[in-house]
Amino acid sequence: MFPLTVENKHVAQLLLSTGTCPRCIFRFCGVDFHAPYKLPYKELLSELQKFLKAEEDELVSEIPNPPPKKIRLQEPEDQIDGMDSLSQNGEGKLSVTEDGSSSSKNSNLNVCNVCLGILQDFCEKEFIKKVCQKVEASGFEFTNLVLSVSFPPQLSVREHAAWLLVKQEMGKQSLSLGRNDIVQLKEAYKWITHPLFSEELGVPIDGKSLFEVSVVFAHPETVEDCHFLRAICPDCFKPAKNKQSVFTRMAVMKALNKIKEEDFRKQFPCPPNSPKAVCTVLEIECAHGAVFVAGRYNKYSRNLPQTPWIIDGERKLESSVEELISDHLLKVFKAESFNFSSSGREDVDVRTLGNGRPFAIELVNPHRVHFTSQEIKELQQVNHFMTWKLSCFCNSVTELELLIVFLFLILQKINNSSNKIQVRDLQLVTREAIGHMKEGEEEKTKTYSALIWTNKAIQRKDIEFLDDIKDLKIDQKTPLRVLHRRPLAVRTRIIHSMETCYVDEHHFRLYLKTQAGTYIKEFVHGDFGRTKPNIGSLMDVTADILELDVESVDVDWPPALDD
Amino acid sequence: MSKENPVKTTVYYSTLTGGRIIPCDNTGSIFAPRRICVITLAGSHPVLQSGKTIKSISYQISTNCSRLQNKVSGKFKRGAQFLTELAPLCKIYCSDGEEYTISSCVRGRLMEVNENILHKPSILQEKPSTEGYIAVVLPKFEESKSVTEGLLTQKEYEEVVVKRLKATTAAS
Repeated sequence: MFPLTVENKHVAQLLLSTGTCPRCIFRFCGVDFHAPYKLPYKELLSELQKFLKAEEDELVSEIPNPPPKKIRLQEPEDQIDGMDSLSQNGEGKLSVTEDGSSSSKNSNLNVCNVCLGILQDFCEKEFIKKVCQKVEASGFEFTNLVLSVSFPPQLSVREHAAWLLVKQEMGKQSLSLGRNDIVQLKEAYKWITHPLFSEELGVPIDGKSLFEVSVVFAHPETVEDCHFLRAICPDCFKPAKNKQSVFTRMAVMKALNKIKEEDFRKQFPCPPNSPKAVCTVLEIECAHGAVFVAGRYNKYSRNLPQTPWIIDGERKLESSVEELISDHLLKVFKAESFNFSSSGREDVDVRTLGNGRPFAIELVNPHRVHFTSQEIKELQQVNHFMTWKLSCFCNSVTELELLIVFLFLILQKINNSSNKIQVRDLQLVTREAIGHMKEGEEEKTKTYSALIWTNKAIQRKDIEFLDDIKDLKIDQKTPLRVLHRRPLAVRTRIIHSMETCYVDEHHFRLYLKTQAGTYIKEFVHGDFGRTKPNIGSLMDVTADILELDVESVDVDWPPALDD
Repeated sequence: MSKENPVKTTVYYSTLTGGRIIPCDNTGSIFAPRRICVITLAGSHPVLQSGKTIKSISYQISTNCSRLQNKVSGKFKRGAQFLTELAPLCKIYCSDGEEYTISSCVRGRLMEVNENILHKPSILQEKPSTEGYIAVVLPKFEESKSVTEGLLTQKEYEEVVVKRLKATTAAS
């Protein structure tokens, strides 16, 4: 059923004759159901022409049979005539014949003056197939996708011009046309292309999908169509730092909303003129939303930095906490890169014991997020313990459960590959959850154990008093060892409690519970007297710290996973 | 004893702060692993010899300049007073009337001066290499390696001290 009615005839006629394609005509006539747009272009064109001829046809059909035969006999000639009668730029001069199919051969519209080809070839199967080939070649695994399309900003200008034209025409019929009565280009495009993508790739389109296929169109020929807007509404076009052009879609839309109709019409032709070429496809990109993996790590090495230690291109110390944890994950999820963050961190020579320190890894653009039970079975050969675990799952294992099990196995793999670090509670989290972790960095307490040396000989009674000190306030100037990269400031911190353990005349162990952000080493040796009070000043000795361990990081995130 | 031109010495490592100690003749510098220099008095400095009492210490080195007014802000330490090797850091006034000017010995930005020795000058003599430090200087990043070039190692420094001692005994 052809979607246009007699009311739309004038508008459709006007638009077709000025170089607008059938689907855009539908849009401006407010056709808001999907089916008509999905029909093949050629068919739409011929149906449209039939519709526009309809009045005349009605007259013809009242005449009895012989004349139609006569007309049919005349067809070949008319066909030729039809071809001749078409002007060079195919401006919709309708062919004289009654037969729709032959006329469609002749009046092949050139590039639509409103959509610049987007609703012509670029929404049809052939083009979609090309895009899908690229998607498949990208190596991503996905079970759904979201399509994001970007059109050149000048399309908005042309749309605006066409709207003004149509509004005027409808005004003649005492009809009104609001901006919202027109079907948006992007909407119509998605109506047509979504089912085509789904069919070609075998997955549904889902607005919430993490896998995004983005297609960017450009039209270099008409890039300057927008420029006149800057002269009239200069404040809409502020130069943005990274963008190449100041004429972004948003800016253009803003200006179009502001500009007065008369001013617009003075500067831009209504109807818009027909371009010579269709849009070009600037890029077809695939990207997968980041996946976040969190957990807690223990550090057992006194020779391992948090992040790679590279000076002047030379690696000073082998490996790092973040690499030991992330390398496996990066490989398995086939991610392009990662961002490692943790709730505070410790020095190279400090161990992290107890429950470990919370961390989170953002895996950027993972190419894989789904794992088969087969792969899990293969991985599990590494760990016999897991066989028992997997047998607990019934046949109807959900994907999420598979992922959980998979992560557990990765955890085992990480732990087996290095004795410098161990991880626990490995799990997927959301981006928002990472806030919990950073909270911990500022607010929560930490406990430490330190091995302390004193220059003077000490007895047990000399350190007992430290056990009784509660909530000791200390002032720490920025330690000299970090002063080159931190602002100079004084920080007040609290040592909540201490517990001593005598070792010998020149050594004792100190366990402390402190506020987050306390520099423990400086509290022990005093940092040239710039941390006051300090162990040295409290005991009236010269003290130094030989070993430091983090005993616990008192953050209750990520949630512990029961074995 | 007269004031001597600073002869710079370089380097021995300390586990205390993970840094290197560079005593200058009049002043010593301690390099933390990453460029920071702590200026202290070296052992042979007159003020540290027995019998000397410090009356007072002043950071006012000229009518317009007080090292106490030094203010740095931010990670890049803007606003710091810039020091050349000979820039005076402070003046030490002794009870026997002698006056000593301590120079920076190191080119860079002044981070802070030690206010503790203002209140309690004896710390300077009791703990010259730690709590009695004079100032903290941050050399320019580009110059951080060349800073040590003009300084002496511990060994070289000790040789210089010995030589000087011989010279004074020979003269007297």
